[in-house]
Amino acid sequence: MIPLSYFLILSIILFVLGTIAFFIKKDLITMFMAVEIMLNAANLAFITFARSANSLDGQVIVFFIITVAAAEAVVGLAIILLIFRQKKTIKSEDLTLMKG
Amino acid sequence: MTEIFWLIPFVPALSAFILAVFGKILPKKYVSFQACFAVFISFTISVVSLLGLLRISHENYPIVKTLFSWIHSGSFESNLSLQLDPLSAVMALVVSGVGFLIHVYSVGYMAEDKGYTRYFTYLNLFTFAMLLLVMGSNIVLMFIGWEGVGLCSYLLIGFWYEKHSAANAGKKAFIVNRIGDAGFLLGIFFIFVLIGSGEFTAINKAISGGVITQGAATLIAILLFVGAIGKSAQIPLYVWLPDAMEGPTPVSALIHAATMVTAGVYMVSRMNMLYTFSGVAAQIVAIVGALTAVYAATMALTQNDIKRVLAYSTISQIGFMFIGCGVGAYAAGMFHLYTHAFFKSLLFLAAGSVMHALSGELDMRKMGGLKKYLPLTYPTFLIGAIAIAGVPFFSGFFSKDAILTQAYANGQYFIWALGIMGAVLTAFYMFRLIFLTFHGQERIEPEAKKHLHESPPMMTIPLVILAFFSVVAGYIGLPVVLGKNLNWFGRFLEPVIRVSHEAHLEIGTEWLLILISVAVALVGIYIAYVFYIRNPQIPHALVARFPFIYKLLYNKYYVDEIYNAAFVNSTVKGSEIIYDHFDLKVVDGAVNGTGSATNFSGKILSYLQTGLLKDYALVFLLGAILFLGYLLFF
Repeated sequence: MIPLSYFLILSIILFVLGTIAFFIKKDLITMFMAVEIMLNAANLAFITFARSANSLDGQVIVFFIITVAAAEAVVGLAIILLIFRQKKTIKSEDLTLMKG
Repeated sequence: MTEIFWLIPFVPALSAFILAVFGKILPKKYVSFQACFAVFISFTISVVSLLGLLRISHENYPIVKTLFSWIHSGSFESNLSLQLDPLSAVMALVVSGVGFLIHVYSVGYMAEDKGYTRYFTYLNLFTFAMLLLVMGSNIVLMFIGWEGVGLCSYLLIGFWYEKHSAANAGKKAFIVNRIGDAGFLLGIFFIFVLIGSGEFTAINKAISGGVITQGAATLIAILLFVGAIGKSAQIPLYVWLPDAMEGPTPVSALIHAATMVTAGVYMVSRMNMLYTFSGVAAQIVAIVGALTAVYAATMALTQNDIKRVLAYSTISQIGFMFIGCGVGAYAAGMFHLYTHAFFKSLLFLAAGSVMHALSGELDMRKMGGLKKYLPLTYPTFLIGAIAIAGVPFFSGFFSKDAILTQAYANGQYFIWALGIMGAVLTAFYMFRLIFLTFHGQERIEPEAKKHLHESPPMMTIPLVILAFFSVVAGYIGLPVVLGKNLNWFGRFLEPVIRVSHEAHLEIGTEWLLILISVAVALVGIYIAYVFYIRNPQIPHALVARFPFIYKLLYNKYYVDEIYNAAFVNSTVKGSEIIYDHFDLKVVDGAVNGTGSATNFSGKILSYLQTGLLKDYALVFLLGAILFLGYLLFF
């Protein structure tokens, strides 16, 4: 039996990787993928705890997250596509319309 | 039938409401009919109520009808309740009766006016407010009516609001009345503080029960009288009434001669126990009345505007009424109010008829010799003038004589002398008016002469009816010398006006006083005849001889100018200074300061909005870490 902590450590590594990637990458698609990685890190943590506590609640939430992530991917990609059509760029530094 | 007396004020109110809401779509004929008919219903109910009142024994006075409890807050209580007693019945009769005739006259007079419906709305509203004033059973309702008539007066003086002078006259009347009303309101507050109830019966009970001291009574009475000075145009607040003549002439007749301006006299008579109890206040009323009676009459001597002469005459006659009230002869004061309502509204309506005939001419210097052109207006005008001058057998004689006799009988010789002086002047200026307008040579402008015509029957019929009453109205209050029981009017009012000490004179003295009154009236008329018919150069000679006095009188003692310099200008100047220094700097500064402070802080904070996605995400991350840290370690 693999100890619980292994799964959690993997989850943390994935989450931190996602965060770092979000901050250092410039184009929106990569940033978007970083966010997906963070979500899946959270999924892993949920499954882990669900298994150890022998409860179904965590698994149900994971399904929710997967569904929401799918929807989010649709909307997010659509937005990025439209931004590209208008600005001919998807670099996040170039998009400063909301500057005060 | 007497029970429905409470409907008297509400019929015109309903009519005013309908006219105000649907006036635009109603045909003109219907508007005239409804406005007149509503007042006629009030008049009919007033007559029925008065007859009913005569059959009820005195102990049951007043009949009070409480419609509902209006204000109820802590110990303060005020009902919407109306009362019927001899005093309010007489007033309701005068207001609705004269009011009805003036409504009918207005149908003819205002026929061509584009504000026709608006005019009748205001006139109905005024009738409602005035009837509420005289029939309210507590001082709060009286005040509501008091302010209501003030409002209607303002609206009707400024009826032709495109005319600058009319709009200004309306404002002047309103503002000057506010000064008086402030005193009146203070009086009401003192009544509630000291007596605890505004019901007239409760106030009378408190006075006879010794609840308030004489000093307190004097204070209340004087404060209330300040209100009466404003409303009834006495010294020093009379200045608004002559300017009020800017309104349509029927309005001058109804509001500024017959009814509203006499509200002060009604109020003093209603509170007669208070004034009698105070003593000092009654003396002040008599002095103010007597001074005004003479003072206003002197100003009437030199005016050339036909309506202004009548306006000053009104001020002077109200002074006479206050003399009556002040010397304790409230019934005589009310009697003069009642007869005055007839002959003064007659004079105004007849003057309106003259104006109508001359295409709106007001200046007597451009009249003269109108006698033969106005076969109905002239005799009615003459009857009015005879009545007001105090010639025997006409109504004004009986009432004026009653006041002067009572003044003399109560030992107020100085006031009596002033009254006699006022009577001479009254006879003189009224006949000056008659001679200048109807007699002598014609001085009519050729343009006006082309349209010269007698007024339509809608206008002349009310004149004839009023002329009839100007003659006979006095016969319900004959002097005591002719028999004690002939003063029906005085006896009718007795349940309301409790005469504490009836002054008696010897028969010989009474006859002498009557003779003096008669002589005074005839002398006044004779002087006017000599001055303006027999020797028309005398007035010019007098003017040349005493230019200073003439100028003083002609310019109305410069009182308007003095008030302007003393009060109006200083208020305007002071307001300007406050505007420049306080409004512009402090108030506007605070408002603009708030704005620019918000603007400035917004600009500083806007540097946080970089527009970069990463920066926002970083703040988000830091927030999440801080929150987690808080959860873990605290």
